[in-house]
Amino acid sequence: GDTSVLAGLYGPVEVKGSKESPDGATLEVLLRPKVGLPGVGERSREQLLRRTCEAVVLGALHPRTAITLVLQVLSDAGSLLSCCLNAACMGLLDAGLPLSSLFCGVTCALGAQGSIVLDPTARQEQEARAVLTFAIDSTERKVLMATTKGSCSVEEMQQCLAAAQRAADTIFQFYRDSVRRKYSK
Amino acid sequence: QRLDGRQCYDYRNVRVSFGPDRGCCVVELGKTRVLGQVSCELVPPKPNRATEGILFFNLELSPMAAPGFEPGRQSELLVKLNRLIERCLRNSKCIDTESLCVVAGEKVWQIRVDLHVLNHDGNIIDAASIAAIVALCHFRRPDVSVQGEEVTVYSPEERDPVPLSIHHMPICVSFAFFQQGTYLLVDPSEREERVMDGLLVIAMNKHREICTIQSSGGIMLLKDQVLRCSKITAVKVAEITELIQKALENDQKVRKEGGKFGFAESIPNQKITAFKMESAAVDTNDVEEQAEEIITKADPPSEVFAKPILHTPGTAQIGEGIENSWGDLEESEREEAAEEEGESDATAFECQRMETEDTSTMSEAKDEPIVLSDSEEEEVVILEPQEVSKKTRTQTTLKQENTSKKAFNKRRRKKRAAR
Repeated sequence: GDTSVLAGLYGPVEVKGSKESPDGATLEVLLRPKVGLPGVGERSREQLLRRTCEAVVLGALHPRTAITLVLQVLSDAGSLLSCCLNAACMGLLDAGLPLSSLFCGVTCALGAQGSIVLDPTARQEQEARAVLTFAIDSTERKVLMATTKGSCSVEEMQQCLAAAQRAADTIFQFYRDSVRRKYSK
Repeated sequence: QRLDGRQCYDYRNVRVSFGPDRGCCVVELGKTRVLGQVSCELVPPKPNRATEGILFFNLELSPMAAPGFEPGRQSELLVKLNRLIERCLRNSKCIDTESLCVVAGEKVWQIRVDLHVLNHDGNIIDAASIAAIVALCHFRRPDVSVQGEEVTVYSPEERDPVPLSIHHMPICVSFAFFQQGTYLLVDPSEREERVMDGLLVIAMNKHREICTIQSSGGIMLLKDQVLRCSKITAVKVAEITELIQKALENDQKVRKEGGKFGFAESIPNQKITAFKMESAAVDTNDVEEQAEEIITKADPPSEVFAKPILHTPGTAQIGEGIENSWGDLEESEREEAAEEEGESDATAFECQRMETEDTSTMSEAKDEPIVLSDSEEEEVVILEPQEVSKKTRTQTTLKQENTSKKAFNKRRRKKRAAR
């Protein structure tokens, strides 16, 4: 919809001694909101993104390097976290970093009666009883990361998860089409 | 002859696009991209200027702009740019700050302009100044009415937001000098910036008034050179102002007609690197059935769930969880028995302690792997309890641990930390 996030990726590059890790690449994520200085909310989202990306990036191929991922929020109209996840994945893909699988982010909002809305707008998010975000990977549709805001029952979470896995298919198709388009010319 | 084939006095292509929010715009000057966002809030005014609103500028060099930009570093360049933008827009009084006052001495509007540099390909100053001015023109602040002591702020639905009162639009134009003033270039690109001797920035508005002028780099300029530059600036500013006006009008028209607007729309379809997809309907019809399957599969395990399972004397387990090291503390308080080494080594389970007698059930618990489908708790790693020796335990105190919800979250967090 109207939510836009711009992702920029640098790496693998040299890193200072304190940050370097002999096992693999160190991943750093920076999320910049549009207005104001980055606050605690941004930090927590950065950590979530970082964990997800670490699970996917084959860091062992580039030890003692750093990979920096910068995300700038251009506009926020709901489902911001999953938009960031998608932007991050496409950025990693475009940069040519070795990945074990792709991932995508899907947000679900649970209405008061238990109605599931995928990819909610800001309005729908506010009115929802619970908002769940999942990061789903491409190879086996497993869940890489899940975050909830609000309360929901276990069954509802199951349903949201299943719906999210369906939606993931659509998103991966979008990835494929856009990459194909870019490299076919 | 310049690297990209421009003439000495040629500007790169300027493109302005708007976002869905009011006051949000992206300016592209060749490859240099700057995002500007304007926001406002009501604050008490500065004590020595009780009747004026506050203008606040913030320029940020995003690390994606160039590999050398690190967050949190107040580099000289950043300070210089910030100061220049501030001077240009604040001291020229292009915004009427008196009109921002709501209740004299108590409440005024604070307008905050955030500029993010998305890509650095030279001449950030110009792009930033254009972005700031365009964002300010684009912005609408909520309407406010004062009745005596009461101030009511109307939301955009109640009353149309009001534009800011802008007298004129100052725009910066940069000139780069080479070889002690012999060569002069307008709008230096990044490479040209690196090798230039000096920089001259002139901010002018379309009425040919110079708002700000700054010369840095220590080159000595002749008087007629400066005059020449100002004439060039006048021409450029006129062009750019026209462009801005047209873009603003376009955006206004689209908004009125209710058409779609925003960044997602402004990316032209023909660009190879851009791809749009209509909102896709996701088939969720059989999702429910699928979910039910998962739940029924999960049900049997949940029965096992309910029974407390004894792993070691004094610790029972309900649900999967992460061991907490409290286990060790608790045990040490008790009457002595050999401590399980295994317990401290194994990763944590969160436990609910129950009154227990002996642990004949222990061995059966050991062999019983509790299988929870992944759907219940994502990627639960089930660890077999290690070899435990049988022990007699008399009494253990009942300890209520966290509620299940909290346990859930804690587990998730610990799991992530463990990963």
